[in-house]
Amino acid sequence: MISARGLRKSFGDFEAVRGIDVSVRPGVAFGFLGPNGAGKSSTMRMICCVSPPSDGELRVFGMDPGKDGPKIKARLGVCPQEDTLDVELNVYDNLYVYGRYFGLPRAEVKGRIEELLDFVQLTEKAKAKVDDLSGGMKRRLTIARSLINRPEILVLDEPTTGLDPQARHVIWDRLFRLKQAGVTLLLTTHYMDEAEQLCDELVVMDQGRIVAHGTPLGLIQEHSTREVAELRFGVGEHEALAAKVEDLAERIEVLPDRLLLYSDNGEAVIEAVHSRDLAPVATLVRRSSLEDVFLHLTGRTLVD
Amino acid sequence: MAILNAAVSTAVARPLRGGEAARLLLWRNILVYRRAWLVFVTGFLEPVFYLFSIGIGVGAIVTGFTYAGEPIEYREFVAPGMIAASAMNGSLLDATFNFFFKLKYNKLYDQMLATPLRTVDIAVGEILWNQLRSGIYVAAFLVIMLAMDLVHSWWALLVVPAALLIGSAFGAVGMALTTYMTSWQDFEKITLAMMPMFLFSATFFPITAYPEWLRWIVELTPLYRGVVLCRELTLGVPSWGSLVSVVYLLAFGAIGLVVVRRRLDALLLT
Repeated sequence: MISARGLRKSFGDFEAVRGIDVSVRPGVAFGFLGPNGAGKSSTMRMICCVSPPSDGELRVFGMDPGKDGPKIKARLGVCPQEDTLDVELNVYDNLYVYGRYFGLPRAEVKGRIEELLDFVQLTEKAKAKVDDLSGGMKRRLTIARSLINRPEILVLDEPTTGLDPQARHVIWDRLFRLKQAGVTLLLTTHYMDEAEQLCDELVVMDQGRIVAHGTPLGLIQEHSTREVAELRFGVGEHEALAAKVEDLAERIEVLPDRLLLYSDNGEAVIEAVHSRDLAPVATLVRRSSLEDVFLHLTGRTLVD
Repeated sequence: MAILNAAVSTAVARPLRGGEAARLLLWRNILVYRRAWLVFVTGFLEPVFYLFSIGIGVGAIVTGFTYAGEPIEYREFVAPGMIAASAMNGSLLDATFNFFFKLKYNKLYDQMLATPLRTVDIAVGEILWNQLRSGIYVAAFLVIMLAMDLVHSWWALLVVPAALLIGSAFGAVGMALTTYMTSWQDFEKITLAMMPMFLFSATFFPITAYPEWLRWIVELTPLYRGVVLCRELTLGVPSWGSLVSVVYLLAFGAIGLVVVRRRLDALLLT
C-alpha cells in the first residue's frame, strides 16, 4: 500500500525526516511512535500528498504523490492532528460538503452521512454547530469525515491526543472495528497503550530516523526484558543503592523516586534484593511494556 | 457493517473535474451565508447609503453638472461610481478578512487539500465566489437604480458582467495580498488603501478635477477603471476606452489568480 525508500524531508537547514524506509501492507494497523519532533507528522504529511519529499522515493498505492496527488487522495482518509473542521458549517454540512469533494453523488453522500453519524454516535448532533461540540465529539466527527470516501488507507495523526479516557476508548473501539473490516490504518501516537492496543506493526522514530521496527510484542522482547521489578527506597537513596543491586538485573535504570530492574523473572529479583538485607519501602513486579522500550530507545530527556 | 462495505454502492471516490470543484466551493460558501445573510446584506448597503446621501442628497444642490460635455444629473454621475464600489466591496470582504480567517483559523484549505481538491481549484473557486458576490450586489444595485429612474440605456445591463470583472480583479489581488498577512492588524493596510480609492477614484467628482500627474495615478487604480466602465455603460456611451478597462481588469484578475495559487502552494504544501 505504501512504500518509502530513503525518504527525507528538510525545512531549510532543519532535517525533519532523515532517510527512512517503510513498507505498509494492506489490512495492517501500522504505528509511528516517537517523541515530539521525531518526524512522525512530517512523514504523514508526505504520505497524504501535502508535503513534497525532499529526497528519496515514496509510493502510495503504487503511485507518486507528486504526480498523482488527487488520485491517491481519493482513496485516503485523513484525520489530522488538529481538527480541521469547518466551523462555519454545522455537523451535517461538514460531512456533506467534504463528501462531495470526493466526486460522490448527492444521494450517495447523504446515505453515507447517516451511516457515519451513527457509527460515531453523533446522529443527534447533526444540526449542531461544530464549536458547540466537545473535544471528543469533534474528534469523532473528524474520523467520520475521514471515512466518507470509504478509504483503503486511513491516516490518523495522534487520534486521541487531548481526549479523556472515555472518549479515547470510544475511538479505539471504532478504529478496531475499522481494522476488522480490512481498512489499513496508519497512525502516529506517543501513547504506548494506544500503540499496544491498535498496532500490528510499528516503527519507533527518533530525530528523523527509524530506531526500531517490529510488532509490539517483538519490540518488547527485542529491546526489553519480560518483566520489570520496581524498587522504591527512601528519597535520595536510589543512586547509592543502585550499585548494590545492579548485578541482579540485565539492565537497571535509576529514577529519582525508584529503581527499575529489567529482568525476565521479577519475583526472583525482589527475593534476591531482600536476601541482601535491603528493605525497599515498596516493590512491584510488572510486565515490560512498550513504554519501557520507547523510553529506552528515545531516552528520558524532554524533547521540545 | 454497511459503512465499510464498498460492495453496497457503485459510487467510487475520484478526483474532481475543474468545473465541479469550483461549483462545490461556491456551494460551500452559499451554505455559510445562508446562515449569515445579515453579513451579506450589510456589505451591500454601504454604497447604497452613499448614493442616497451624496448622490441624491448633495446632488439636489448641485446644478449645471456636465460629464463629457453633456449636462447630466449629478446623481446619474455618482450612481455608476457606487456600482463599481459595490462590486469592490462584494469581492474584497471575502477576499481579505474571510479569506484570512479560512486560511489561518478555520484551516479550511488544509481540510480541502486532504481531499482530491488542488490549490488551483481553491484559488479558482474562491475567486469565482468573489465574482458571484460582486455580481449579486451589482444586480441588486441596478434594481435600485431602476426604481430611482437612474437608468436610461440598455447598455446598463452590462454592468453585471462588468461587476464580475471588477470582482475577479479585486478578489484575486485581495487574496494575493492577504496571503502575505500575518495578523489582523495588517488589515489596516487594506482599509487604508480601500478608503481613498473609494473616495478619489472619480466616484464623486470627475477626474478632470485633478492636476495632470495625479490624474495618471488615479487612472491606474483598478477601482477607477471599474468606475469609468460602469459609468460609460449606465450612461449608454461605451467607447474603445471601455475595452481598455476590460482588458486592464482581466489582466489584474489573471495575475492575481496566478499569485494566489503559488502562494497557497507555498503556504499549505510545505
